[in-house]
Amino acid sequence: MSTDPTISRRGVLVKLAILFNAAVGIALAVPIVRFLASAITRGRSRGYLSWVQLGPVSDFPEGQTRLATFRNPYVTPTDGDTAETACWVRRLEGDSFQVFAVNCAHLGCPVRWFPQSSLFLCPCHGGAYYQDGSRASGPPERGLFEYEYKVQNGFVVIQAGELPTPGSPTASLVNIKPPCA
Amino acid sequence: MRLIKQIGEWLDARLQLAAPVREMSEHPVPRNTASWWYVFGSAAFVVFILQIVTGIMLALVYVPSASEAWSSLQYLNHGVALGWFIRAMHGWGSNFMVAIVLIHMMQVFLFGAYKFPRELTWLIGVFLLLMTLGMAFSGQVLRFDQDAYWGLGIGASIASRVPIVGPLIVQLMLGGPIIGGATLSRFFAIHVFVIPAILLAFVSLHLLLVLKLGINEWPMPGRLVRKATYEHEYHELTQKDGAPFVPYAVWKDMFFAAFIIIAVAGCAAYFGPFGPTGRPDPTIIQTVPRPDYFFLWLYALLSLLPPSMETPVLLIGPVIALAVLLLLPFVSGEGEKSWRRRPIAVMTVLLIAVTLSTFTHLAGYTPWSPHMNAWSGQPVPREYLDHRTPLELQGAAVFQLKQCRNCHALDGEGGQRGPALDSVAVRLTQDQLIRQVIQGGGNMPAYGKNLSPAETTALVAFLETLHPAGQQPARDAARAVALNPDEPASGHEPQPAKP
Repeated sequence: MSTDPTISRRGVLVKLAILFNAAVGIALAVPIVRFLASAITRGRSRGYLSWVQLGPVSDFPEGQTRLATFRNPYVTPTDGDTAETACWVRRLEGDSFQVFAVNCAHLGCPVRWFPQSSLFLCPCHGGAYYQDGSRASGPPERGLFEYEYKVQNGFVVIQAGELPTPGSPTASLVNIKPPCA
Repeated sequence: MRLIKQIGEWLDARLQLAAPVREMSEHPVPRNTASWWYVFGSAAFVVFILQIVTGIMLALVYVPSASEAWSSLQYLNHGVALGWFIRAMHGWGSNFMVAIVLIHMMQVFLFGAYKFPRELTWLIGVFLLLMTLGMAFSGQVLRFDQDAYWGLGIGASIASRVPIVGPLIVQLMLGGPIIGGATLSRFFAIHVFVIPAILLAFVSLHLLLVLKLGINEWPMPGRLVRKATYEHEYHELTQKDGAPFVPYAVWKDMFFAAFIIIAVAGCAAYFGPFGPTGRPDPTIIQTVPRPDYFFLWLYALLSLLPPSMETPVLLIGPVIALAVLLLLPFVSGEGEKSWRRRPIAVMTVLLIAVTLSTFTHLAGYTPWSPHMNAWSGQPVPREYLDHRTPLELQGAAVFQLKQCRNCHALDGEGGQRGPALDSVAVRLTQDQLIRQVIQGGGNMPAYGKNLSPAETTALVAFLETLHPAGQQPARDAARAVALNPDEPASGHEPQPAKP
């Protein structure tokens, strides 16, 4: 039976067909994988971060913390409102600022500023931060995420473009200070 | 009538399905499995079909675009005839499906149905549970409102904690650097195409296995499962004490399924659809995001875990839980099936049920969250202000203005993040109060930088008035002696704290 030449030729053809399909499959996998991974690879090659203007320095009185909004520098056509982003701008004095992400360093809920008690409070799990962004109490393990900023031609600009998360490389660490009187 | 019969015969001559379908529906099942305990699997399947039907109807109107999804949901709620009802059916159907799948799983566990030879049925069932939860989460995202937006942020924050590849997982999950159009589109694809297809395939396998291996017999205490003899014993049972599934057992499944559908429709009609809540505009930060019902326990857990435990629990916990579920049928594949002889199994189910419902209950009123508006919305009760000195009244004003009330309740109103302060003067002496206010500690921020000495003095003077009428405020005995050397100190011992 197994020596039948026609059967073995069919066998070889089937194996060849499998090999051919495997080659086509691998060739097809390249564009599929690249397509699926584009969210990552695009970020690597071009970088998502860029400098965004928040407004003139005069919008931010000294010694106060105010909410500022900006449109994310990287958008897709269907982003709509979600590309709008908020951040807390604290002007210490002159050109000295601190710009915090609204996202809690615990799990990303939006923190609110309470000027009366000089605290940022998170509505989700009860995280609290002092006015300089350092951790005051609650589940966060660190202070608020802080954006890189500079003052350019009288405008406050920050480096933004990525959702700040505890693991994101762009979230610069605020020095965690011990609570002191 | 004759024509219908002729058409039927014509079709069956080609399809040849009548005989196998009849054989399938009349396969013998053990008589005592025709029980109301055995209806949850079929009910879960029926709700799944309901979800497919209502889901397709919603997709006729819903627009999976971050800029338009929210408006299309509003249009469904208010602009399309009965759009609200279909949305409500889908939303309640999802709640029912998660609940029924969990009840089904619990019953299967307590009846020992995961044991030999039904291990694979259990493994597929575990996978189906994961897919159901995946549907629940991705469905919450499609209801693209504030809760969905910040829920995604929480998901991203959790994923980002994975060592090394965390940020990459976040970008893959969001489809880009932020929560936006790409995020909603991919969750739409997952919710509408990927997981439903997987569910259909694996539900079919799950059912096929139930048919091939037979439904689990009613467990009898003392009747042990042995790999060598079980299949023979089961076969004998169905021969001796069996009955055809249709009609002997099926009517209970049918009644229960109809009852569940009525319950879903009733909830939908009475309670209406879920949301959408506010627009998914991240610059609106006056929001208190909350997860849907089935993830509330997780919300509570994330608030109550010590910070250092959180990442390990989040990343390792699910792996352990999954491993336990997957290994279960291999570790205890033989032996006793009846829950009457498996106390640890019963205790485990009870423990998990009590834990989950306690966490869910806590997440209902979130004692860990500050009440953001308590300081301005809930005044100090009148009886706490009567017959007070001007300094103490000033202290009450400081108490409100500095938002102490957001975390501390008075007379049952205010935040529960910190302890209620109705009798704080009994627990802490004046010095301890000053130190706690200025230095914080024990999960309280330090207020030293935000209070002037005058404010601190006034605040502490007010706090010292907070004790029950019959109880003395706590006093430092040594200090009392130092200030009034003539008085005996024993009379001023701190009172024990009110339980």
